[in-house]
Amino acid sequence: MSRVAVIGVGQTKFVRSYPGSIREMVFEAFKEAMGDAQMTVKDIDATIVCSAPEYDKQRSPSGVLAEYLGLNPQPTFYAESLCSSSTTGLRLAYSLVKAGLHETVMIIGFQKMSEISAAESQERMGRGTDIQWEAPFGTMMPAYYAMFARGHMTKYGTTADDLAQVRIKSSTYGVFNDKAMLRKQLSADIFKDPASPMSGILASPLRVGDCCANADGASCIIVAGEKKAKASAKKPVWILGLGSATASVNMAGRELFYSLPAATEAANQAYKMAGVSPKDIDVAEVHDCFTIAEVLAYESLGFAKPGEGPALIRSKETYKEGRIPVNVDGGLLAKGHPVGATGGSQIRTVVLQLRGEAGDMQVKDPALGLVHNVGGVGLYANVSILGRQ
Amino acid sequence: MSKKEIDNRFSKFGTISFTATTRINDFIDHLEKGKVMGTRCKKCGHRYFPPRADCFNDLTSDMEWFEVNDAGKLLTFSTLKFAPAGFDKEIPYTIAVLDFGDYKVFGRVDNAIAEDKLSVGMPMKITVNKLPNEHINYLFTTA
Repeated sequence: MSRVAVIGVGQTKFVRSYPGSIREMVFEAFKEAMGDAQMTVKDIDATIVCSAPEYDKQRSPSGVLAEYLGLNPQPTFYAESLCSSSTTGLRLAYSLVKAGLHETVMIIGFQKMSEISAAESQERMGRGTDIQWEAPFGTMMPAYYAMFARGHMTKYGTTADDLAQVRIKSSTYGVFNDKAMLRKQLSADIFKDPASPMSGILASPLRVGDCCANADGASCIIVAGEKKAKASAKKPVWILGLGSATASVNMAGRELFYSLPAATEAANQAYKMAGVSPKDIDVAEVHDCFTIAEVLAYESLGFAKPGEGPALIRSKETYKEGRIPVNVDGGLLAKGHPVGATGGSQIRTVVLQLRGEAGDMQVKDPALGLVHNVGGVGLYANVSILGRQ
Repeated sequence: MSKKEIDNRFSKFGTISFTATTRINDFIDHLEKGKVMGTRCKKCGHRYFPPRADCFNDLTSDMEWFEVNDAGKLLTFSTLKFAPAGFDKEIPYTIAVLDFGDYKVFGRVDNAIAEDKLSVGMPMKITVNKLPNEHINYLFTTA
């Protein structure tokens, strides 16, 4: 059966506020991916545009983007699964190629969050949860993940200092990533100093420093069928495993508050499809929207046993030189999190790693990479496994 | 013919309700009588909280109300020091999940309980809470 490969990747620098319109911002990521794939607009057979629409004033952005990028009359589709939208786009693009409907498909992820205030954006994020039964209590994303941090702390004795280790690792690699919004090395002191803005509680037990920042940005990924990929790409990166799952949106429907079952399910599906196990993965990008989310990811992905995520970060095995390097591009915590663009940025990082083109962030000779991208509070989860062969 | 009146009772739920019409609007009437109610499927007996108008197991809308009146167990909680738009006057406040065995309830903890008095596993009960402008919700208090 014909395989599907990623043949082009691009992303904008993630910034607090992009000084231009959405179509102009997307063009930057598009241009980079097209240059990477050495393609022209005639080579793209269809696009899938991925974002969380509540941040946009533009209704149905895919049509506007197709026009601006010169992609008429090819079809364009819109995909949304909150923060995991662009890996949902990857799954859909894979399906379109496998089905033989299109040979080359582009996945565009974007978000321009700066058009609304931080409080308004929190309110919209809160509405990504159950608006009938939860949002009327005044919910926001950090508080939901904080409930999982509390659950993990209660069940396993995880500490605030364990979580701080994730942020410190993230900052270490943000320094090397010229696409990242935050490029400053942080030390544990910033959490201990009461005068530091990072040390203040946002939603207990999570502090400001445990949370990623909103950002503006776009990502662009081009995938193609085996024949086209082999003919046009010097280093195609193959999509070997895809997993996708959901869990109850309302917290009343969750069984546990120390793991995200949708992520575990998606990981199991992806490992099975790729025929590999967690120990085979050489480099991973995980959805660290909050420090606790990275710890939960280690456990969902089988990099650590349940409850042993904190020990994994403490052992530094998820650093670049460790057993399983995770988020060595700084992750969401350093890059910033432009909701719809994030999954594409994660894919880009893993593709560059597998091609040996990750520069200062390069892990030694990786063959298999993994992307873990979560929407909502583990409401949606996509796990994708990519490989050189 | 007069314009049909819209049953928008649910617009009273919580500080800001994002939902006006729902087929379980009687939930609000029960709250106003001091009762927090879930629904039970008359066919399979499954209990739903939050209440649902429909049971996906049996593809039926034949549901009955039951009262949440036992003590639940505090599963997890978080105290917000920053709030979404429209809730900023209420901070700090604590959101939590209580476990009642075959169902769970998400809601807010009574602000009279200090955060350091809360611990996972402690028993709590649910109580109706009247808000300004005739809005209403429920809170978790010590059992």
